[in-house]
Order: sequence, then structure tokens, then C-alpha cells
Amino acid sequence: MTALVLLDAEDGTIPQTSRSAIAAATRLGDVDVLVTGGPETIESAAAAAAKIPGIRKVRTVSGEDFAHALAEPLAALLVALAPEYDHIVAAATTIGKSALPRAAALLDVQIIPDVMEIKDAETFVRPIFAGNALVTLRSSDAKKLLTIRTASFDPVPAEGGTAPIETVTPPPCRSKAHFVSAEHSSTERPQLEAARIIVSGGRGLQSAEGFKILEPLADKLGAAIGASRVAVDSGFVPNDYQVGQTGKIVAPDLYIACGISGAIQHLAGMKDSKVIVAINKDEDAPIFQVADYGLVGDLFQIVPALTEALG
Amino acid sequence: MKILVPIKRVIDYNVKVRVRRDGGGVETAGVKMSMNPFDEIAVEEALRLREKGIASEVLVVSIGVPQAADTLRTALAMGADRAILVQSEESPEPLAVAKILKILVERETPDLVILGKQAIDDDMNATGQMLAGLLDWPQATFASRVEKTGDSLTVSREVDGGSETLSLTLPAIVTADLRLNEPRYASLPNIMKAKKKPLETLSAADLGIDLTRRLTTLSIAEPPTRKAGIKVGSVAELVEKLRNEAKVI
Repeated sequence: MTALVLLDAEDGTIPQTSRSAIAAATRLGDVDVLVTGGPETIESAAAAAAKIPGIRKVRTVSGEDFAHALAEPLAALLVALAPEYDHIVAAATTIGKSALPRAAALLDVQIIPDVMEIKDAETFVRPIFAGNALVTLRSSDAKKLLTIRTASFDPVPAEGGTAPIETVTPPPCRSKAHFVSAEHSSTERPQLEAARIIVSGGRGLQSAEGFKILEPLADKLGAAIGASRVAVDSGFVPNDYQVGQTGKIVAPDLYIACGISGAIQHLAGMKDSKVIVAINKDEDAPIFQVADYGLVGDLFQIVPALTEALG
Repeated sequence: MKILVPIKRVIDYNVKVRVRRDGGGVETAGVKMSMNPFDEIAVEEALRLREKGIASEVLVVSIGVPQAADTLRTALAMGADRAILVQSEESPEPLAVAKILKILVERETPDLVILGKQAIDDDMNATGQMLAGLLDWPQATFASRVEKTGDSLTVSREVDGGSETLSLTLPAIVTADLRLNEPRYASLPNIMKAKKKPLETLSAADLGIDLTRRLTTLSIAEPPTRKAGIKVGSVAELVEKLRNEAKVI
């Protein structure tokens, strides 16, 4: 069996989420990776991918069509490469979730999203109902297309391999979708999906100004900052901070939930964290039912005191 | 411009879903059903485009059991003009849904299809992308803003690193994310009016689409539950526990 893993490489690096998808794919057989991007980024992305151990080969496609990872050219490319593979895999990131179902439809295959566990080449476990149930299912499609819930698979290392690099000519694609602009949240902090520690805030922070109280704590811990849906909807932080069923799914070593009540949709995104700390003034908040350590009180006093206590 | 909005009947988002004892599915007996919340957002966006004079007709479609007609009536009460119910015994997989929708799109020739980014029951997040692929239409998933500019649609999307704006040549597919809008409630007079709006019923079998599932469910289980831990009395105690007991800092 051979799998092709589409990497999120358009900025010239290979993120941890893509390395988790490779880890999942190695359970299915030999692994080739597909690196796409614009002419400026493709060489560094390909070089980074070639260093990942355990890969048979790196296949690269570059061109203006691929500079912004649009679903239309990516799906056309996956369809063109599909005859060589039994499985086509990507991390369940916004790119994987947009391109793989489109490719699956063109291949007459039912996509299997958010795979948490691989039982064998055709049997997979995935969450449904916001993670309140886990379904084990078997695919009867000749070819399988999967997106991977990255929090469920430890990533393969970034270094140690020397895979050969091969250039692929993409099929013609006259895309009717065009990139206009992007606004990326700039941050020096680790990415949510890759962070070992996450400090996360909810309604209890009260405002964008209030939310800033989490920054010194995150700085001290080298942590990423996350948020509940309420905090994002209320405009305290941008949308890409959201942890939950429809935001990011995370599983850090330590998740510190500050002023988050613990709605099911939020728990769905973080309950696989190794250690959960909850700080909330409401001692009956549902978050305490999943927290290893709970501290009841005013977070505007507790968070600075905790920052201070960490020395 | 005509807009088609596919909607799904799902277990209400406030219901605590429980796995059946026999492991064959989740408990649905006596459980409240509602329109998928992301689809409500899609209906709302279509109505706003009509109210701005950009769209002339909003057609809603649902595929599923006969009771999905109630969900369509809800969309009609919100303000949709017309509805089509495609009856099937159970809820088909996204690939089959996309094939049915493709037939309806060819029949109705909408300029835009807006639908929720995912249904909150199977959480597949696939139907819009699959339909876009089958039709060879451009797609914008996870939309947070939709504007018409000339013959194209400008869509802002919520992506992992922040947000992104795409321009799509119509006809196109848009999938709605949480922050696209706040859906309206249907008023009582509009609920009454909705009863008189046209609702056509077709059967999936008549459309000639094979609904055989590609994914066979072997089992459904509850995830391992997490036990509540302890409450600590002070910041000092919390730091001590994190350092010496959990060893995570």
C-alpha cells in the first residue's frame, strides 16, 4: 500500500500538523509527500520535507496557481496523481478540509474526515456529534481519502531523513476562484496546534483589554493563547484563536482555561489535553468537571498572581 | 440572481447526545430536531442578499425523511420563497447528497449555492466542497463575509492563520461559518404564511442516484470520559501541583 500526504507547505516550511498527518499515513504503508507552493517558497519547502525521516519521496509542484493553496488546483492535482496511490491523506486543517472533499467527489470516493485512529487500511475511527460519540467505520471505496485529526497523532520528527525530490507537472486547471488578500494574525508565540502549553480565555475576560491579562502568563510559560467561541464572537481576539468543535482541536500537555465555562463545543476541542487547569469564579461551571486542577475565584487576581508565582 | 440553500434536519444543538446501549447509533426517540445551525446561517445570508436586491429568489432544499418538510417550513417562515424535499429513508452520505444536489442545480440553474460548512450530527464538513467538485464550480469554504462585485462574489473566509479573501466567478459555492451573520427568528405571521408557500416533494430513487453507503458503521461508542480532578485552595498550591504532581511546568 502507498499513501500520498498533501502537506501545508505554502509558506515554505512544513508545520507540525502536516507531520502528524505523515505519522498517521505511515501506518498505512509507504509514504510519498506532496509539496505545493509558489515559485518563491517551493525550494525551501521541498528541502524541509526531504529532511523528514521515513518518506519514500517528495513530489513538488510549483506555480502561481499553488501560491495560496486554493482548493480548485489542489483537487485537480490530487486527482491526477491518485492512480498511483491507495490512500490520499492531509491534516484536517482549513486547506485539507477544503481540497480533499473536492478531490474525493471527482474520484467518486466518500471522504473520511477527522480520522482519530487507523485500525487497518480500510477501517477508521472518527468523532461525530462534537466528539460526544466515536464511530468506527469501514470504507468500501477502492481508494481512500482521509483528513487527520492532528491532535490524535504524535508528529514524526522534522529532521533525520534524506528523501529524493521529484518535480511534477500539474494538470491544466482554469480556476474560477482567485486569491485577493490575506490577513494573518502575527504572533511570536507557538501555534495552537503545536503548543505544549495553552493559556485560553473566555467570557470571564470581559473585553479585548481584559484578555491581555493572559499575555504575561503565556509569555512566562512559552504558551500559545487560545479562546472560547464567546471570546471570539465578542471581538476580544481574532477567529483563529478559537478552540472547539468548529475551531482548533488541541491536545497540549497543559491547558489553562481562564474564565471559560466549558460548553460542550469548547470541550470538544480541548478535552484530550494531558492536564487541564480551570480558573473560574463560578464553582459550578462545567469546565471543573473535566479539569484536573480547579481554582475558584476572580481571574483578574489569580492570573497575575499565578504569573508572579511562576517566577 | 437565484440562490439555492441546501439544509439538513439534525438533532437540536442543545440536546445532550447519548449513544444507544446497542452501540448501533445515538438515541433519537423523543429527541428534539432542528435545522442544522450552520444551515440557518446560510439561509439568513441568502435572505439578506435578496433583501439587498442582489438575489431574486431563495430556494431551499432538504434531503431526508418526510419530517424534513418541517425543517423546510422553518426556512420558508424565515423568508425563503420555495422548497424542495427529496425524500430518502435515512440521511445519505455527503457524496450522495452532492450528487442529488447536482441534479437539482442543473434543473433549477441557481447562480449561487450557500450551505452550512458542516452538519452538527456527522460533522463531515464535505457536502459543499463535493458539490463544487462535481459541478466544476469555484468554492469558498468557512465564509465570514459575502459581497457581490460585478459578475463575481468576494468572500472572506476564516482560515487557520487568520482570514483570507477570495474572488469567485459565478456560479459558485459558499459554505457558511459561525460569524457570517446572526440568523433571524421566524415571526408568528410568517410561520402562518410559510404554510402556503410551495413545497415540492421528490424521491431520491426517482432521481436515479445510488444511495448505497460507502462507509459502513461497525460501532458507535462514547468517548472515554474524563474524571473531575481536585479543587486547589490557592495559587501557591496550584503551582506546587503542576510542578511536583503533574510535572508539566
